[in-house]
Order: sequence, then C-alpha cells, then structure tokens
Amino acid sequence: MDRIVQTIVDAVSVGGLYALTALGIGLIFGVMRLINFAHGELIMATGYTLLALFGLPLPLVLFGGLAIAVLLALATERVAFRPLRGADPATLLISSFALSFFLQKTLILFVDSRPKGIDFLPELGRQIEIAGIRLQALQLVIILVSGVLLVGLTWFLRATRFGLQMRAAAEDFRMARVLGVRANRVIATAFAISGLLAAAVSCLVVAQTGIVQPRMGLQLVIIAFVGTVIGGLGSLTGAAIGGFLVGLATILLQALLPPDLRVFREAFVFVAVVLVLLFRPQGLFPARGLKERI
Amino acid sequence: MGRDLLRRLWPLIALVVIVLAVALVFSFAPAVPQRRATQALINLIAVVGLYVFVGNSGVLSFGNVAFMAVGAYVSALLTMKAAAKSVFLPDLPSFIAAAEWPNLPGAMAGGVAAALLALVVGWPLMRLSGISASIATFAVLVVTYVVLGNWTTVTGGQNSLMGLPIYAGLWTAATWAVAAIAIAFAYQETRSALLLRASREDEAAAAASGVHMVRHRLIAFVISGFLSGIAGVLLAHFLGTVRVETFYLDLTFLIVAMLVIGGMGSLSGAVAGALVIAALTELLRQAEVGVDVGGVTLAAPAGLGDAILALIMLLIILFRPKGIAGGREISWPFGRHE
Repeated sequence: MDRIVQTIVDAVSVGGLYALTALGIGLIFGVMRLINFAHGELIMATGYTLLALFGLPLPLVLFGGLAIAVLLALATERVAFRPLRGADPATLLISSFALSFFLQKTLILFVDSRPKGIDFLPELGRQIEIAGIRLQALQLVIILVSGVLLVGLTWFLRATRFGLQMRAAAEDFRMARVLGVRANRVIATAFAISGLLAAAVSCLVVAQTGIVQPRMGLQLVIIAFVGTVIGGLGSLTGAAIGGFLVGLATILLQALLPPDLRVFREAFVFVAVVLVLLFRPQGLFPARGLKERI
Repeated sequence: MGRDLLRRLWPLIALVVIVLAVALVFSFAPAVPQRRATQALINLIAVVGLYVFVGNSGVLSFGNVAFMAVGAYVSALLTMKAAAKSVFLPDLPSFIAAAEWPNLPGAMAGGVAAALLALVVGWPLMRLSGISASIATFAVLVVTYVVLGNWTTVTGGQNSLMGLPIYAGLWTAATWAVAAIAIAFAYQETRSALLLRASREDEAAAAASGVHMVRHRLIAFVISGFLSGIAGVLLAHFLGTVRVETFYLDLTFLIVAMLVIGGMGSLSGAVAGALVIAALTELLRQAEVGVDVGGVTLAAPAGLGDAILALIMLLIILFRPKGIAGGREISWPFGRHE
C-alpha cells in the first residue's frame, strides 16, 4: 500500500513538472508555430539566479529568479523570433536551436560547466506523515504548485480578454489580427507566461535535486517536447495532458520494468513519441486550425 | 558538348579541388595543425552526409549524429583486437568478440549498418512532414543515445571503447571527403533527387504531379545515413576511442550549425560551412590559448569559440537564412551560360 501511494505521488509530481514545462512550450507553439528549444535556458537562467542570490531573504530570491526568466523570455522574443515572424517553422526551429546553444555556451563562458550544489529550501526535503503514509513535503508542494498554475492559466485563458485573444491567435493568427488582436502584445504575453512557468519549474527542480548545471533546462525540455507532441502540437490542453502522461509513464516504467530494462526507459518514451506521430500525427488532442491550407 | 558536360560537373570538380588543396597544404604542416585539418575533413563528411537529406528534402534532421554513432560502434567492434575486447567487453557475443576485420571492410560495415538503421527508422518516419519529421529525427537521436549508453554488454555503456586502430589520417579523411562529395553530387543529379527537391519547394504541387515523395525521401535518408555512418567511423578511428557522449547534442549542434551557416540548399554550401567554421573555430582556439604581447598573455576566456559559433548561426538565420552559399552551387567561371 505504502509503495503504491508513493509511486502515485512520484508519478503525479513528476507529471506536474513535465506538464508545466510542456505547457510553456505549447503556449509559444500555439501563437507562433515555434518549437522553443530555448525554453530550457529560461529554466537554466532561473536556476543560476537562485544560486547567485542564495542567502538573501527567500521572497527576494524567488522574485529575482522569476524576473530573470520573464525578462529573458521577452528579450529572446524581441531579438531572435520577432524578426522571423512568418518565416517557415523550420527556420524558427533552427533559430531557437541556435539561441538555446548560444545562451548555454555564454553561461558556460562566465561560470564553468560543472554542476553546482545549492541547498535551496531544505525544509521541503523533510518527510511528513499523512494517514500513516510518509511522504516528502516537496512532492506535495510540487503537486500543489503545478495544480495552482494549471488552474490559474486555464482561468486566464478562458475568462480574461487577453486569454481569449491568445486562444484566438493560437487558432488562426491572421484572422485574429484582422479582427483587431494586437499581435506583438499577444506574443509577448505568451513569452512572459512561458518565462513564468519556466521559473516555477526551475525553483521546484532546484529544490528537488539541489543542483544547478548548464544542461538542467535542456534535459527537461527534451522530455517536455515529447509531451507536447503526444498531446498535440498547438493544443494547450494537449500539451498539459501530454506532459503529464510522459511523467506518469516515466515513473511507471521505472517501477514496473525489470531492473535490467529500467535504464532504457527514456528510449521507450521516445519510441512512444514516434508511434504517436505515426498513428496520430496531430497528437492525442488535435489542435484546430493547424492543418495547412493549400 | 564536352564544354556542357564540364559546365555541369563544375561544382563537383571545384569542390574536389578545394578539398584536395586543403589536404595538400596541411600535409606539409606540423602534426597538430594536420590533426585539426583531419578533424575538419571528417566534420565535412558529416555535414555533406546531413546535406544529402536536409538539402534535398528540406526537412531538418537532428538524427544524423545517431548514424555517426552506429557507424563508429560497428566499425570499432569489428576492428578492435580480440584481446582488447575480451578485457573491456567480456560478455560480447562470440562472433563479434572474435572478429578482427581489416580497416576498410570495417568502415564499410559501419556505413552500411548506419544506412540500414536509416532505412528501418526512415521507412515509417519519412511519411511525416515539416516539424513533426524534425522532432521524430530528434527522437531517433535520443533513443540511440540511451540504447548505446546503456547496452553495457556490447557497447560498454558509459565507458569508452579504447584501443581502436588509429588509421584516419589526413589523406584517409581527404579521400573519403572526396568520395562523399562525389556521392552527394551524383545523387543530387539523379531524377529521384530532382523530384525530391520539387517536393521540397511545394509538397502538394509535387504530389499532384505524381511525385512519390516518401520513396524519394527514404532514398535520400539512406544515402545520408551511410555518409554520416562513414563520418562516425572515421571520427572513431581518428580519436582511437569511442564514447557515447561524443555522439550527442554538442556534435549535433556543430554539424547542424555548419550546414546552416554554409547554406542548406546546396552542396557547395555544405562544404563551405564545414571549412569556414573549421577555420573560425581554429582561430578562436588560438585566441583562447592567447597571444604574448610584451610579456603579457592576452587570452580569450575558454569556451568563447562555442558561444561565438552559436551567435554566428543565430545571425545567419536572422539576416541571411540561405547561408553563405545562398542555395547556389559554385558556378562555371568562364562566360555565361547561353
């Protein structure tokens, strides 16, 4: 019983992290058909900011980490992606790939590439006991934060004017512009939100692993890609559910596979992506308006 | 008649002459620059391999480094001394453990194995288009990396394979580079490649004209896999060791960056990108070592080269998306085509 509950909590917390990352990527894909490799570097930037500000009062540290990710997201949009708006997706993909490496290598230039330990929020590492089952406080926090952000974002997209514009832009960008949606504002907002999601993910991951390193974001983003693709590129619900499913699958494979196959679990997950792409190229939750017209 | 043929073959002749000239110049150079030139030529083969698929199909592939890895491991396992294998990999299947192939058959086996992998994964994947196809090739890279990095009995997992015959010198690399350029050129002159480029320009129009895009893409992917596999083989026998980490994101980035900077649309672009970036990387490496100015060493910070390479790639995609070559081949310099 203990092990089952523990596995479920593991799966939900890891799934939550991947869902948040996938959502950050899915949001940008929705409004500009860009697969943002550089999302990982937003996560990385927050991680290193936490390290740099470590020791200051906690709210300040958190605010710093958040501000960096949002500002960096806005800056990358302005510099690397706005000039390419309307370019074909392959060009955008290359641009974000180059940007991702540029940010990563620039960071390595200033601080070296070795992983650095940071004892961020140690009080979350404690075990707490609920109904006779011992769980790690951090995992519950991760589940809570993911839940709040998912609900908050859903509310923002469904109930606010800006959210409506964003959904309209995701569905048919040209039509939305014709109807008076301000393209620059919508896209900038999407980038700001993706920065915010990246910052949240980064704080949680750093608290969990206690390590920051230049590759930290890229690893998460690669898995989150899988989530967005499985869920359906361009669909936000799809991205969140896809990300969650990938997290779930990773943990379940870890728990259920025989030990000598466990190391291959990522390979299984990526084979799943290929299968989804083949049998449902639009993903499990296809986005509307994505099919190209001739 | 002869002039027309010469004109048509001109890009091939010009590129081969350039590669041979590079090799000739560096054959008189000291050992270290010669090694750098060898590595540059091996990278050139990898870029040409990537170009065969990306340039003709218009689909960006992140997966070619996986083919390099397969080529490297297959050739390494077939050519290593049996005694060395019994130390590093005691649990190898016996036919591999006993194999001590000569270098050339080993290299061919590496290339063919990579081509076979390309055929097997390309069969289903070539139906995908655009960004889905790119992500699928990325998945191929990750799966290959995970499998090679954990299949301990055959690949040694995270450990390096050591004691490979080191035969990939300057002229071996140059010979293969010429062969790769010739194969890529011969392929792009075929009907199949022409039809594939038609589908690159407009998928729907090509399909409507009866172009079987999937089949032509698969042909390009398999040739691309073979050349990438050969590049991997040479890299392994240049370094003398094989590590799975060598064949992952950094190498993918380097090869893709070279192709993008040179220009994805032409073979001349692929070659130009590989050579220009190699020269630039070398220059920055010198800058990192530093220069003595009146007893004071002025050195650029370590890692500057990588950052600048990424920056150049970004600037190219922003301001000259067709790369240095602009999608054209080196053209006949004597008089206009009438």
